[in-house]
Amino acid sequence: MTEHPANAPRPLGHPAPTRRGVHDKLNQLAEVHDNGFRPERTLRLRVEFVRQLRRRRTQLTVIVLLALPVIIALAFQVSSSTGSSGAAREGSSGGSRSAPALVTLATTGATNFTLFTEFASAGFLLVVIVALFCGDTVASEASWSSLRYLLAIPVPRARLLRQKLTVALSLSFGANLLLPAWAYLIGGAFFGWAPGQSPLGGTFTTGVGLQRLLVVVCYVSAQSLLVAALAFLLSVLTDAPLGAVGGATMLVVVSNILDSITALDPYRQFLPTHFQYSWLDALGQSIVWDDMMRGTGLVLVYSAVFFALAWWRFQKKDILS
Amino acid sequence: MASAAAVLLVAAGVAVAAVVTASPTIRTTSQFVAGTPEAGVTVELDTTVYFPATTPAPAVLLAHGFGGSKADLDSEARSLAEHGYVVLAYTARGFGRSGGLIHLDAPSYEVADAGMLISYLATLPQVVKDAPGDPRVGVAGSSYGGGLALLLAANDKRVDALGADITWNDLSQALFPNAAGGQPGVFKKLWAGELFASASGRKGGACGRFAPELCAVYQQAASTGEPDASILSLLKASSPAGVLSRITAPTLLSQGEQDSLFPLEQAGANARGIAANGTPVKVIWRSGGHDGGTSTSDLVQYLQGWFDPVLLHRGRADASFDITVPGSGISAATGRTVSQSLQVDRGYSSGRFQRVGVVGPAQTIYAPAGGSPAAVTSVPGLGGLLSTAATATGSPNLTAITGQVAMFASQPLPASLLVAGSSTATLRVTAHDATDATLFASVHHVATDGTDTLPAGLVAPIRLTGLTPGVARTVTVTLPGVVRNLPAGDRLVLVVATTDLAYQLPSQPRSYTIAMAGSTVDVATIDGRIIRAGQPWIWLLTGLAAMAILILGALVAAVRRGRRRRRTVLADLSSVPVAMESLVKEYGDGYRAVDDVSFRVERGQVVGLLGPNGAGKTTTLRMLMGLIRPTSGTVRVFGELVEAGAPVLSRIGAFIEGPGLLPHLSGRENLRLFWAATGRPSQDAELDTALEIAGLGESVDRRVKTFSHGMRQRLAIAQAMLGLPEVLVLDEPTNGLDPLQIAEMREVLRRYAATGRTVVISSHLLAEVEQTCSHVVVMHNGKLVAVGSVAEIAGVGGVQLAVKNPQQAQEILAAAGVDSQTVPARRSLEDIFIQMVGADE
Repeated sequence: MTEHPANAPRPLGHPAPTRRGVHDKLNQLAEVHDNGFRPERTLRLRVEFVRQLRRRRTQLTVIVLLALPVIIALAFQVSSSTGSSGAAREGSSGGSRSAPALVTLATTGATNFTLFTEFASAGFLLVVIVALFCGDTVASEASWSSLRYLLAIPVPRARLLRQKLTVALSLSFGANLLLPAWAYLIGGAFFGWAPGQSPLGGTFTTGVGLQRLLVVVCYVSAQSLLVAALAFLLSVLTDAPLGAVGGATMLVVVSNILDSITALDPYRQFLPTHFQYSWLDALGQSIVWDDMMRGTGLVLVYSAVFFALAWWRFQKKDILS
Repeated sequence: MASAAAVLLVAAGVAVAAVVTASPTIRTTSQFVAGTPEAGVTVELDTTVYFPATTPAPAVLLAHGFGGSKADLDSEARSLAEHGYVVLAYTARGFGRSGGLIHLDAPSYEVADAGMLISYLATLPQVVKDAPGDPRVGVAGSSYGGGLALLLAANDKRVDALGADITWNDLSQALFPNAAGGQPGVFKKLWAGELFASASGRKGGACGRFAPELCAVYQQAASTGEPDASILSLLKASSPAGVLSRITAPTLLSQGEQDSLFPLEQAGANARGIAANGTPVKVIWRSGGHDGGTSTSDLVQYLQGWFDPVLLHRGRADASFDITVPGSGISAATGRTVSQSLQVDRGYSSGRFQRVGVVGPAQTIYAPAGGSPAAVTSVPGLGGLLSTAATATGSPNLTAITGQVAMFASQPLPASLLVAGSSTATLRVTAHDATDATLFASVHHVATDGTDTLPAGLVAPIRLTGLTPGVARTVTVTLPGVVRNLPAGDRLVLVVATTDLAYQLPSQPRSYTIAMAGSTVDVATIDGRIIRAGQPWIWLLTGLAAMAILILGALVAAVRRGRRRRRTVLADLSSVPVAMESLVKEYGDGYRAVDDVSFRVERGQVVGLLGPNGAGKTTTLRMLMGLIRPTSGTVRVFGELVEAGAPVLSRIGAFIEGPGLLPHLSGRENLRLFWAATGRPSQDAELDTALEIAGLGESVDRRVKTFSHGMRQRLAIAQAMLGLPEVLVLDEPTNGLDPLQIAEMREVLRRYAATGRTVVISSHLLAEVEQTCSHVVVMHNGKLVAVGSVAEIAGVGGVQLAVKNPQQAQEILAAAGVDSQTVPARRSLEDIFIQMVGADE
């Protein structure tokens, strides 16, 4: 076997995939020196951000987040122009003033519109988005098989998780911030910049209203840490991105269902989503921090456990994807 | 994943079912028990006893509301029995299947009956006794039953605890209320009629099952609207007001905030009377009430926890004060406002007054002849529904009719204010054409947007007599007890009206002049906080501690990994690209994918890892790359032990089991991002060389999604060659390549190795390995079969000459004096391989 097809005459018009230049280049290669590899430089955040931001799902999420407040605002405008104040008829019994709901106040101005948008999306939309960012991040690499190439670079496993989590959390918190900020602008454009009104009675000055919004956004973001941690754990455990995202969402839904069963008291308060809506306590005349402290503490405990499990599992895992 | 979630769902479902249906078996017996004889005839009381799973247990006597029967109490009785009490529910005399007539909780009839039931409980062996004939018993009921509980506790020392829900203190005050104090006031005719009808209606006849003397005095009062001495003395006998000092059992009083029949003041009077002699009293102001749809289950929910320390553990009763503040929270489910409970810091007596200025000129108001039209505030059983409905549909406000009301409004409140209890105000009332006055005072709340509400639809009727026409009288009015949170900016409006549909009104036309005497309303308020046990700080600190532990643990783990790594370099192997030592990978089920594999790869070699599918080649390469952890044995690369993330792996470029590319990026971007991920200097990437090796031409700028299998394969090989690593590991590199590309690849690899670098390829194609590799490692079933240079393995010793006819050739050679013998033709690697692995096939 002395003959090589590479040296054989080649039909015209069919250039070799590899030009001679490469062969010459290889022939001239010097001995290898230090290759400049430093573990702490692998998969830098900028790189991971580019990897994630270039993805269609990230772009779609942003579009959904930007479209949602506009759709809600248009819906309010359509329903108010077709007449009949549905709000007035929703009065409660017992001679008390008709209980104002967040929805009936939504059109009073930017602050209340933002509050309503937050109320409408915190329970599911933001959960799904956070689950998507954090659940998909490792599992999708596994499903593309690119995970093993990252690990073969080698990106140290703990570092890989850390970088991925940092980026996923940044995107999640970005979404948590983008929605109310954009809703505030849309609300202002559609319904004016009137100061916020509390459903519990009374109004806020614009400054106080913005402060309260900030508290709300921070608390909702802190609560989404739970979904993030859960989705991230599942992302490490499974190679199917859908399983991680759907699994995290489903467990949140299950927790919500259990939370609606009052017979489970007093254990209900330990359900991870029990304090999900405690930010509503920030809408009164003065902010009641009790439940928000509880909710934050609970979420931190759950998240710490989920993250610890994720790291522990990933360190030992055989990468077979 | 889906199955795990399904398991979780099922587990959750089972847990819920377990909690919801966890009911120990409750045994019940129904029988008639003799009550107090009436007119010489024995009266049988219809009873049901509920026995808990474990006896003996303390007992609870449950009494029903007016017009009801023991059947109403079934679910509450079961709930209490499940909680561990023997429960006796019974139908009071005059109702249901019990005999006798209604005496309105009279001490000698209904109260005596209840005493006999306690004696009956004392005969049951399942009931715990404090002394012979004295069972440990609590008594509880709502409304009519609550009144009975109070009266029984005052008359029977054997009662150990009592719970009275939405009941009265003084029936004459409840039915003839007068907010100005003193004599009986305005007849609450709608409620009185409603109650009378609810008890008498079923039997027929004018009096139904009412005792005749009771019926007669009621009818007298109802027709005139004036209470006479006989009805007042009868009502007094049926009221706890006079006997509260005799109650020594710890008492739970709950009262509804929507109750125009027995408003909050009734419970207040009871609480003060009982607490005056040191008996512990817990007061709950709950939502609902006679106007707000009420049920005994509300009571039981409070009772269960409250009875326990007294009846089960002989401990101290809780004597706190809880109030429900409507609209103080927001429902997470709907976004609407809901009620929340406040616990008042210093118990029931901790209310205070806050003075709020109200202004308005003296106003003259008129009462229409015949009392019509009249303001509609609350209708028995409906509360303020009617007026709310009217407001919502845009009708004029029914709670205040123009010309009939005087209004005194406050300035917007500077700070939010919790109205809790009965506020007071002092008025100057001048009647112009009568010596008596019937007025209705209330406090409306006006929000910043002008919405006017009357809390709970409650008004305080005022009846003044002995007035001199044209001469003002100053009266201090106790306004209705309500619980409302007023935000800053809202206003209070004191409203004095001449009519109210629910009350008996004078039939002649009247006019009054109303003025404020003090220009203030003393608003009852309370300092409280939302009830929830435990310190919220602890939760937060626990959470922060958990996170701190997590971060600390991660740091410790990182440091330990770093230390271990430093110990793992073997200097004498530092120039050996790959050295495997007794490598084993065994899976959980005992299957050995790689079984005791040892070999070395030296610089400049092109090593072929040869074996059929499933021989363990890919597993070996994955262990080489630190992707999977060997069960035992070691892999060293340039002397360094390979494990997950070992830095030495950066000297290897790998292509293992197919490409792993980002489908949404172009080929070029994939390579660029991959190199960026390594964090190494970009000029070391040799991107052009790699791209040229891939040979994708223009297609390299298309999305990888659109690539064919072969294109992806070539791109992935190019990715492995980025930076021209010292060791190139390629797993089945020629899959999906056409023959021309295979030939090219072969040449590239040969030249690559010629630079002193090392190439390891795996293949199941023998021809491939034979043509490309300098050395070969043969694996089969996870075991090493042969290692060596291709030449060694193939057994090539020198030049061979093949002849067509060996026999003839031998003869010729023999003739020439050359000794010869025949040997088999040169064996190809293929032959050897089949011989090696074929043994066990």
